[in-house]
Amino acid sequence: MRLLPLLLCTALAAPASAAEIWVTNEKDDTISVIDTATLAVTRTIPTGERPRGITFSHDYSRVYICASDSNAVQVMDPATGAILHDLPSGEDPEQFILAPDDRHLWIANENDAVTTVVDTETRRVVAQINVGIEPEGMAVSPDGATVITTSETTSMAHWISTATHQIFANSLVDARPRHAEFTADGAQLWVSSEIGGTVTVFAAADQRELAKIRFAIPGVHSDLIQPVGFEFTPDGRTAFVALGPANHVAVVDMASFEVRDYILTGRRVWHLAFSPDHAQLFTTNGVSGDVTVIDVASETPVKTIRVGRFPWGAAMRP
Amino acid sequence: MAAKTAALAGAMAVALALSGAPPARADLPGADLPGAKRSAAELSVPVTYLRHERTPPSTLSELDPVPPDQGLDGARLALADSATTGGFLGQHYTLDLVSVPEDAALAGPARQALSRSRLILADMGPEDLLALADLPEAQGALIVNVAAGEARLRSADCRANLLHTALEDGARADALMQVLQAKRWTRLALVTGPRIADRAFAGELVRAATKFGLKIVDEKDWPFQSDLRRSTTTEIPAFTQGLRDHDVVLVADEAADFARYIPDNTFLPRPVAGAAGIVPAAWSPVLEQWGASQLQARFRDATGRAMRPRDFAGWLALRALAEAVTRTGSADPAALRAYLLSPGFALDGFLGRSLSFRPWNGQLRQPVAVANDRALIDLAPVEGFLHQVNEMDTLGLDRPESACRAFGG
Repeated sequence: MRLLPLLLCTALAAPASAAEIWVTNEKDDTISVIDTATLAVTRTIPTGERPRGITFSHDYSRVYICASDSNAVQVMDPATGAILHDLPSGEDPEQFILAPDDRHLWIANENDAVTTVVDTETRRVVAQINVGIEPEGMAVSPDGATVITTSETTSMAHWISTATHQIFANSLVDARPRHAEFTADGAQLWVSSEIGGTVTVFAAADQRELAKIRFAIPGVHSDLIQPVGFEFTPDGRTAFVALGPANHVAVVDMASFEVRDYILTGRRVWHLAFSPDHAQLFTTNGVSGDVTVIDVASETPVKTIRVGRFPWGAAMRP
Repeated sequence: MAAKTAALAGAMAVALALSGAPPARADLPGADLPGAKRSAAELSVPVTYLRHERTPPSTLSELDPVPPDQGLDGARLALADSATTGGFLGQHYTLDLVSVPEDAALAGPARQALSRSRLILADMGPEDLLALADLPEAQGALIVNVAAGEARLRSADCRANLLHTALEDGARADALMQVLQAKRWTRLALVTGPRIADRAFAGELVRAATKFGLKIVDEKDWPFQSDLRRSTTTEIPAFTQGLRDHDVVLVADEAADFARYIPDNTFLPRPVAGAAGIVPAAWSPVLEQWGASQLQARFRDATGRAMRPRDFAGWLALRALAEAVTRTGSADPAALRAYLLSPGFALDGFLGRSLSFRPWNGQLRQPVAVANDRALIDLAPVEGFLHQVNEMDTLGLDRPESACRAFGG
């Protein structure tokens, strides 16, 4: 009698642990698919040129890929790896965000200083918004009302109303902003600045600056500490911030904005993705061409997985 | 510092008057009220690119003509790059060119330029640069050197009102030696060209070789006066045959005149470095990492040619000034200078590190590309060359080596 629930658990656990992390390899024009249970690459899927941003539709039936040098967002069937069609994306799409409506993609066009809004159903461009030079980081508020584009050379986060497609505020951040995220409650916007070496936290309601997070790793010069991608734990307590050529991920307490720890990764750590149970965190390491698996509970690296050349984006598929 | 949030509707308003009088900051009453109308209070930032024209030395090959506006083209691109941030913040940059013919005196046009703008990008030789910085009208102005690499400008002849985004010549030599030392190619034969600049750079190569523990095993002066383009396969092997056994042939040829004929024509099969082969430079057309390909593409779109080191120095100079204007909300040279020399200043140079000015002599710290014609070999500072403050300070004059005291050091 006591065996049965245990067996059931095992049986149920198998599909759950068969989740995947999809990693775009910028210089190989491929995606490496990592099995979160075996921590091995199970598939390598060809894409358009220079794949960077990657995200799944809400039901995981489609995966969107920024094929930057193909000037397209590709829509792929994740089961087969077949490209279903391309979406018009504007030139050089680097990073994007899927709106909570599961329908509109907001795309940063790095070489054109615009943000493009694409309707994934009609496959048409809905709007283009002029932003600063080299837009990259994209975020959407949980209520879908506000989209953020950060521009690297302009050093700003642009606050865009999704209703009007107009910029309603611009927040100056430190040099070369790379990534932006709203907290799950929508109260805060976090923006990383690669060259400035900081993460700036804003109150989403009035764009007030709440905190500036700085990083210091013994033995690593400050000019190499370059925050880029980051992820929040679902309990809203911890942020993991990739520090680029510092080859570490910082662990930040989200209540105090204090850095609690630094975790060693591969070289030039860039973006991150959690496993579905948030027990593992996968980091793309561009220069070393691998992915570091971090055990979230113990905050330690547990494995390095070789992928393609210049792994950039990462997304989870349950 | 607190981030500035500038709503397009005009949440932030900074009023500044800039014509001659020191700028004053005044928040307009009611400007920060929600829904306030866009304020007319704006900051203008006039910058002058002051150039004393120089005819480039004539070279045997005409494959790489010197672009007439190198340096200026970089500053123009930086103006466009900075205009967006400025537009969102109500800060408006202008860039005027004052180009003084080679045989005309610099002082008069320089005085006029200084009466119109207190921020100067200077494209001229070292003597002109010092004369400019020492003009009574230049006191309190901020001059950025975008062209002169001489060590003395960063040492005994430094000036408090003079910053440098031009890479110092010694940093180029240091970068090359780091790369060669990392490869253990440490026995060097030095070939020096006939021009004064060639001799000066050869001196930097010798100094840098000693600094990083490499050995100059032989030296020769470039002897040819004739057009040897049709006889390279016979003359250059003969010229290099007598050199004591070496790992690398170093060539000091600052005008890029004859060095191009040496690779693959040496008597022994040896790599060539310096002005051809393995070349150290502040910027190289083969840079594509660290976002550099975007800067390259913007520059090529704007000018139809590849970006050169002097263009990069011009770009860095205006970007540095604009970054300081953005962060301080001021166009006052003293305020900008203080910010540029402070630890808070961090400039994105598309080279993977955050750039800053050395507070002891005003030189911009920057990585140095060591590249051949087709690819980057390494970006100095090379891994393993450590420094207690900043690894980029292994390139060029470090604090103890600089005799500069104008910065309070």
